[in-house]
Amino acid sequence: MKILVCISHVPDTTSKINFTENDSKFDSNGVQFVINPYDEFALTRAMWFKEKQGATVTVATVGNATTEPTLRKALAIGADDAIRVNTEALDGFTVAKELAEVVKNGGYNLVLAGKESIDYNGGMVPAMLASLLDFNFVNACIGLEIEGDKATISREIDGGKEQLSSNLPLIIAGQKGLVEEKDLRIPNMRGIMMARQKPLTIVESSNGAATTAIVSFEKQAAKSACKLVDADNVGELINLLHNEAKVI
Amino acid sequence: MSVLVFAESSEGKFKKTALEVTSYGKKVAEQMGTNLVVLTINSNETSILYNYGAEKVLTITNKALNPFNAKIYANIVKQAAEKESAQVVIIDSNANGLYFAPMVSANLNAGFASNVIALPSSTAPFTVKRKTFSNKAFNNTQILTDVKVIALAKNAYGLVENKVSGTTEEFSPVLVESNLVSTSIEQTSGKVTIADADIVVSAGRGLKGPENWGMIEELASVLGAATACSKPVSDLGWRPHGEHVGQTGKPVSSNLYIAIGISGAIQHLAGVNSSKVKVVINSDPEAPFFKAADYGIVGDAFEVVPKLIEKLKEFKANNA
Repeated sequence: MKILVCISHVPDTTSKINFTENDSKFDSNGVQFVINPYDEFALTRAMWFKEKQGATVTVATVGNATTEPTLRKALAIGADDAIRVNTEALDGFTVAKELAEVVKNGGYNLVLAGKESIDYNGGMVPAMLASLLDFNFVNACIGLEIEGDKATISREIDGGKEQLSSNLPLIIAGQKGLVEEKDLRIPNMRGIMMARQKPLTIVESSNGAATTAIVSFEKQAAKSACKLVDADNVGELINLLHNEAKVI
Repeated sequence: MSVLVFAESSEGKFKKTALEVTSYGKKVAEQMGTNLVVLTINSNETSILYNYGAEKVLTITNKALNPFNAKIYANIVKQAAEKESAQVVIIDSNANGLYFAPMVSANLNAGFASNVIALPSSTAPFTVKRKTFSNKAFNNTQILTDVKVIALAKNAYGLVENKVSGTTEEFSPVLVESNLVSTSIEQTSGKVTIADADIVVSAGRGLKGPENWGMIEELASVLGAATACSKPVSDLGWRPHGEHVGQTGKPVSSNLYIAIGISGAIQHLAGVNSSKVKVVINSDPEAPFFKAADYGIVGDAFEVVPKLIEKLKEFKANNA
């Protein structure tokens, strides 16, 4: 089994979100970048397939050289090698087109990714990649088993879950449940040392044109202060929710 | 030219989001000076779509389209978009919508914007406002391709009645092959799901143990709400994983979110911030949730919640 894990390089959850250049660009100044948490579920599941079923695991991202520490972290967790497509990630569709080339050239038969990135939250790259390659695809995946060429998959649906079966090749967009949070791995010193020796290949982009463009960002408007209601007067809360907020 | 909306049904009935995307699609069609076409699959109450502005309804009746298959559905929407010369295709953000909307976009070679929360601020260039950075910010995105695909965030526009005299037409698309097979579906019925709920009642570690959830369920039942919980509570196994809301759990975008005994860690807030009104009940006045909430009560949940249930029952009886 040849696995490709798609990794997005994103600001840590606790980062302050600021914008520069007239609110047209994200301000990465002083921001700590991490492996996208949803992609970490995918990477952890891939490591399981590597250790139990002898799969090889490649990680890939689309981005400039500043994304390399994130790829090295994935290598330190245990991926065998890494690929960086050397271009700015303009939008989800162009990222999917770049990754489609990576999958074709590498002959991967299982592609794992997170269901969305926590920065742009597009939730589109794995599904588009599947359409471009005509691979089967399951979104919001909460369970994946592979036996030979056969996959058994569960996905979250509104109010429940669905079981599916598929042959490889297959693309999965994972979330919590694919593995549990307690199974996520922190790179150890040996892993970090080994990661330095592992191959990180830089490939040139196929230069697709962007299909969308972010023209500006806005922060959430400052919220008015929380209205406090006395604990002995809960009737007042009901009154406010009914007459002021009009939600009950 | 047209605007095409996909209205999802479940067991023949339209989901609330189907009527929301239809309402939204009607307004987008007006902005673009064109008509709204709504595509439905295996639904038997298509005339309700006229109330929300569907000038034309395309119906497909085919048992082979049950259950949902993303690849086949995405191809059908592509065929409908081409047949109707759609300039804009609009899909909801339910589990199935989130699954197949990007595939529709790839099939049509069209630019795609998800998490859209408002009407286009301009139709040329076509510009929409989207949630980004896990609800901490918004961005304005231009879609540069001739055909545009957008996924409307849940509860972002609401239902807007706009009665038109529409027509219904049978549509028989070619079905592509798929060897991705659904083998079983488990769905809780009769319970309000977090995805569909107008009100969500959520509780955290402040409740001290799973045996204390009776009052949370009672409060939810009085309000017709769904129940949810914080991450530590689902990690401890006090509540099922499906109830975990927050960044790595389910997102909530209800009208009212009530957080009881939840401190309000940044990962939790990221998942619930797009709820319209937030109420916090917590004994710790320093809990970060008070900074994110609209209304708050500093107090012991074990005293406040039973009083709230009692008062709500009186309120419901008087306003029935």
